[in-house]
Amino acid sequence: MSLSLESPPSVLHAPRDIAGGPENKRPRSPMPLAWISLATIVALLFLWSLAASYGLVSPLFLPSPLAVYRALQGLAVTGFVDATLAQHAIASLVRIFGALAVAIALGVPVGLAIGTSRLGKGILDPIVEFLRPLPPLAYLPLVIIWLGIGEASKIAVIALAMLPPIILSTATGVRSASRDHVNAARAFGASRLQVLRHVILPSALPSILTGTRIALGAGWSTLVAAELVAATRGLGFMIQSAAQFLVTDVVIAGIIVIAAVAFVFEMTARLLERWLVPWSTRR
Amino acid sequence: MSTLSLDNVTLRYAADHGSSPPVLAAIDLTLEHGEFVVVIGRSGSGKTSLLSLAAGFVAPSSGRIAIDGKPVSGPGSDRAVVFQDDALYPWLTALDNVAFPMRLRGVPTAERLEKARQLLVRVGLPDAADRHVWELSGGMRQRVGIARALASDPTFLLMDEPLGALDALTRGRMQGFILDVWQTSGVGALLITHSIEEALLLATRVIVLAPNPGRIVSEIRTTFGRDHLAGAPLSEIRSSAAFRRLHDELTALIHAEDEGIAA
Repeated sequence: MSLSLESPPSVLHAPRDIAGGPENKRPRSPMPLAWISLATIVALLFLWSLAASYGLVSPLFLPSPLAVYRALQGLAVTGFVDATLAQHAIASLVRIFGALAVAIALGVPVGLAIGTSRLGKGILDPIVEFLRPLPPLAYLPLVIIWLGIGEASKIAVIALAMLPPIILSTATGVRSASRDHVNAARAFGASRLQVLRHVILPSALPSILTGTRIALGAGWSTLVAAELVAATRGLGFMIQSAAQFLVTDVVIAGIIVIAAVAFVFEMTARLLERWLVPWSTRR
Repeated sequence: MSTLSLDNVTLRYAADHGSSPPVLAAIDLTLEHGEFVVVIGRSGSGKTSLLSLAAGFVAPSSGRIAIDGKPVSGPGSDRAVVFQDDALYPWLTALDNVAFPMRLRGVPTAERLEKARQLLVRVGLPDAADRHVWELSGGMRQRVGIARALASDPTFLLMDEPLGALDALTRGRMQGFILDVWQTSGVGALLITHSIEEALLLATRVIVLAPNPGRIVSEIRTTFGRDHLAGAPLSEIRSSAAFRRLHDELTALIHAEDEGIAA
């Protein structure tokens, strides 16, 4: 009797569980994830100001959040080492996107060659596998010997760091193209080039975009290193010079700016993904 | 009148040279313009391989595949293929999927979109043009797939279990639809299935394949599809004595193969 009383409610509950799934327009999750993350940030800021106001740590090592905020204001208006924050940031962004353009223009065709042809894989695979594990700082001096200390060497180093993820993700994307999709195009009379352009490339696009996201991360971390040498502008250069004069608030402000820009990159990349390859998450 | 013919065709996959029996052995099959040939057999009898050979996706290990006497060297737009897993391009809308074969041929945009629209109307999906593939049901996807196949003006329509993934109700409706498309387009149709009922309903000729090695063991002529096109409802055909008798006969044929293997 108790069994028969217990089982009907669970049956009644079942449809509700389904309604609470991710497809539903009105999810009833207890607390949005963003709120938890926001609360964490606020708590960290609070602890930071507490540590600063009670003088637990010398301001030389950890200036208060207020001091960092003032430093940011100062950076934006008057600047640091002969350039405003915007000028530093633009110098860095030009390097990043210049390098990204080079890396995509080189990496996608190389990835396609590796993914589609045995010959291409044979020739290019060892080169990529040689480059991939090298830390950018290891080849930075060589690139400077070759290209000098101007913009070219900085962009080259960042592009070299971005290349492997783009190449490998393109090659992986090519392999993910469905055989039926390729065969369908062949049955409609597509040439090899048409199959590549109309089937393989779109199939690989989601993977290429993921690779681009990873490449942006790699490029961003290489940027700071590249700007250590003979730069007069750039976020990495700004932090480095501030550190030499022990202007800790500018160092922290610079770090926060870099983190914020990287965050915006990531969000933009995700939006782009949703807009360009909406099918990759469905189907 | 075109004819697609397979003469004494054998197919072996390179990996198992010599040791195991070929996937298909000594296949003789012709597909005439205006015919509807359905190939049926248990899994492993090489049904899909047979279609791949006809489409030109794989080359025979021996024997000859030809259209009107001219050897087939690869896939071509005269033999359109409809896949079990629809193989529509998710990055294109329904309309662009249908227009795709014409795009490959370099048909101007306006013209190919207009023709694709007409084809969507013809397969009963006039409102699906701008929908994404993932927004369509399984039955609708197969209709789009068939419209896309027709867009290349094929002489032969090769269908690999096109209704295999659909539920029973949709399947029943799609069988009538496929007959309709076949009649109005006048193509020579080759359809692979594992459903005896489907084979009998659609075919003008049923080819029975047996495995190890894949070979043709029987060939049955039927007229149920034409009866339906002449006005007989599918339900009536299914319950007719002639249909039941052939259904039993075919079941026995495929079942006999099972016993042959067990022995």
